[in-house]
Order: sequence, then C-alpha cells, then structure tokens
Amino acid sequence: MTPLVSIQDVHKRFGETTVLSGMSLDVRKGEVICIIGPSGSGKSTLLRCVNALVRPERGRITVSGIEVTAPRLDPIALRRRVGMVFQQYNLFPHRTALQNVMMAPISVLKQERREVEARARALLAKVRLQGKEDSYPGELSGGQQQRVAIARSLCMQPEVMLFDEVTAALDPETVKEVLVTIRELAEEGMTCLLVTHEMGFAREVADHVYFTDRGVIVEHGPPAEFFTAPRDARTREFLGKLL
Amino acid sequence: MLSLVIGVAGAFAQGSRFAPLRWFVAGYVAFFRNTPPLVQMYFFFFALGAITPTVPDDIGMEVPLVSNFVWALVALSLFAGAFNVEIFRSGIEAVPRSTVEAAESLGYTRLGTYREVVLPLAFRVCLPSLNNNLVNLIKTTTLAYAIGVPEMLYVANQIWSDSLNVTEMMNVLLLLYIGLVSLLVWLMHRWERAMRMPGYGT
Repeated sequence: MTPLVSIQDVHKRFGETTVLSGMSLDVRKGEVICIIGPSGSGKSTLLRCVNALVRPERGRITVSGIEVTAPRLDPIALRRRVGMVFQQYNLFPHRTALQNVMMAPISVLKQERREVEARARALLAKVRLQGKEDSYPGELSGGQQQRVAIARSLCMQPEVMLFDEVTAALDPETVKEVLVTIRELAEEGMTCLLVTHEMGFAREVADHVYFTDRGVIVEHGPPAEFFTAPRDARTREFLGKLL
Repeated sequence: MLSLVIGVAGAFAQGSRFAPLRWFVAGYVAFFRNTPPLVQMYFFFFALGAITPTVPDDIGMEVPLVSNFVWALVALSLFAGAFNVEIFRSGIEAVPRSTVEAAESLGYTRLGTYREVVLPLAFRVCLPSLNNNLVNLIKTTTLAYAIGVPEMLYVANQIWSDSLNVTEMMNVLLLLYIGLVSLLVWLMHRWERAMRMPGYGT
C-alpha cells in the first residue's frame, strides 16, 4: 500500500542555519506517528513542510497523491486534505467558536452554509464544547480554544491531521482534555502526525515513534521498543532526562 | 471615503511580492506625506488643472473638465490616503504571523486571508489612529478655500462680507466644526465598541 504521506530526503535551511538535513518518513492511512526530540531539532519545520507552510530546498513530499514539493503547487487542493493544529491555537479572535469552525469550508470550499453549520455543531459537540458555540476565543480557556482549533481543522474533512506541539502552551489539567480528543480521533482511524513532548501520550497512542536531533532522524520504531530499549546514545540521553 | 479605500489598497499592495508595486506605494506615501496639503492642492488645481482639457458649458463658456471641487477631492483624498496607508500597515503588522498561517493552513488564498482575517483584525487595531486622521481630514477641508471651493469657511466669509457680522459668523463656524468633528468621533467610537472582541481588552 502506498503511504498517505511520504517524505523523502527533505532539506531545509534558514539563512546560515540548517534545520533539516535529509529527513525521510512515511505515514500510512490510519497510522498515528509521533515525532519527538529536543527543541530546535527540526520537528516542527518538518511538519510545516508537509502542508507547504515551509518549502524545502531539496527532497520530495507527497500527500495523498499530491506533490507538495512541486514548483506549481495548488495550495488549496493540498490544504483541504491536510489539517493543522498549532501550539498557540491561532483561532480568529473576531469570530465565535462556531464561526471559526464554519469559515473555511464556506469560503474556501464553497460548501453550503446549512450543511457546514450542522457539521460544525456536531464537531464542537464531539470535542465536548456544546454550549460554547457562541463564545469568542477570548472567552474560552486554552484547552477549550485548542479543541475549537481541532474542530476547525476537522470541518475541512482532511485525510491527515498535523499536530504541532498542541499541548505545549497548556497547563497540565487542560492538557488531558486535549489529549483525550486526539486519542478519540486516532481511534476512529484518522491519520495523525504529531510533534509532541508528551512521552506518555506518544507511548500510548503512537503506532510509530521518530526521534529527531539536529535535523536528522536518529532513531525510530514502535513505541514499546523505542521507549524500553532505545538503541542510539542520543535517544537514551534525551529519554533519560525526561523519564 | 476615498482615502480609506486608498489606505486599504495601499497597505495590501505594500505586502505584495511584486517589488515595483511596493516602490510605487512607498513613493506615493513619501510624496504626499512629506509635502504640505495646501501645496498639493495648488499643484493639482493650478499645475495639472492647466493642462487638462476644457469643455463648453450650457451657455457656451469653456469650463475645465475637472472642476475645482473635484481637484480638492482628489488632492485631499490622496493626502489623507497616504497617512491611511501607514495606519493600515501598522494594523496589519499587529496581526500575528501565526494567525495568518492558521488561515493559510485552512486553504485561504492571500486575498481571502486579508478579507476574512487580517483586515477585520487590523481594523480594530488601527481604528483610534484612523479616527485621528479623519478628524484631521475634516479640518483640512478648509484648505479647499484656497482654490475657491465653497467649503464652510468660504461660505462663512461670503456671509460676513455681506452682513458685516464677522464675530457671529466666526462663532457659528467654530461651533459647526466642533459639531461636525464630534459627530464623527461619536460615530467612530460607536463603531469601535460594536467591533469589540469579547474577551479581548476592555
């Protein structure tokens, strides 16, 4: 089976700094992949390459048959298939929770308002935000905002979801409510690519874990193996500091 | 109104990837911000007005195609527009890059991102400065006097020349301006309140 997301030998520099020096990984449909690693190891940049927010200098990325690294990429075709959730939620503060979820399907995908509204309400209920439809982002807690952001991405009916350290800005109490939502998604078979510092969560939900350091993938494997018997010295050192 | 359109369009053009367009906007802002509005109005009326064609009016007299009122409108719009470009730019730059990225990741084009996310947020940030500039613009309309446009001061002058009531007319004039500007400020404040984002600021 061809992978849904395929990343081959991706390189990226920002000025003098090399952020990615040849990363490759594949994600099959329905898989949950976690990428862990120290700050500045290029994991967020890799994620941003997948939905073309960052264009790599070398390498090839395809998502569901779309060549992301093609010079004349149609970003809309790509982004309706790839949902992304950010560390800082990045909701639109001038619109209510419901409007945030409905905006893009209506104005980007030109879908019918009534149909979108029904879907948006169902999604907000699914992320346990029933009754908060008319609240503005500024009136919601961090965890609630992040769940609106997840619903907003899902409303585009993507084939793969990217999560970029989505719990890093939350306090420990609210981290849980967001992780529960992501786990439910994973269990429903949504393909997910997560950058995370939540080791326990990675161990629990991931089908495969990648460890990155200084722009390369140092080690990867199924979580049971990866966390109990890391082979590389750098992985051991990193995990040793955390666990 | 025209100056607002110029402001929005100019600020959008400044974010363009097409460099000559950015230079053009930068040149426009530099020119109209660095010269006095009275000089600009003279330039439009006397310099450009002299080389625009004339047309015969109802009684066969040759009159300029572009009237002094239109010249005043153009000059003042361009003058205030230059300031508005900078005001909108400050508002646009206050919108976090990450919010723009979120819109992009949802498939919005650059224009779509501007229309639905950047401008609504930028507007809220720059309303107070915009308010300032529009107040100034109302007062600058007085300069149209210099090219014979019947604005408020001109009309007042005609009345006091006829009726020798300079003091009274001066008072009327000042009160009218206070009233006009207060009305604008009141409307703008209402607008600011209506656009308030719950949970943000006061």
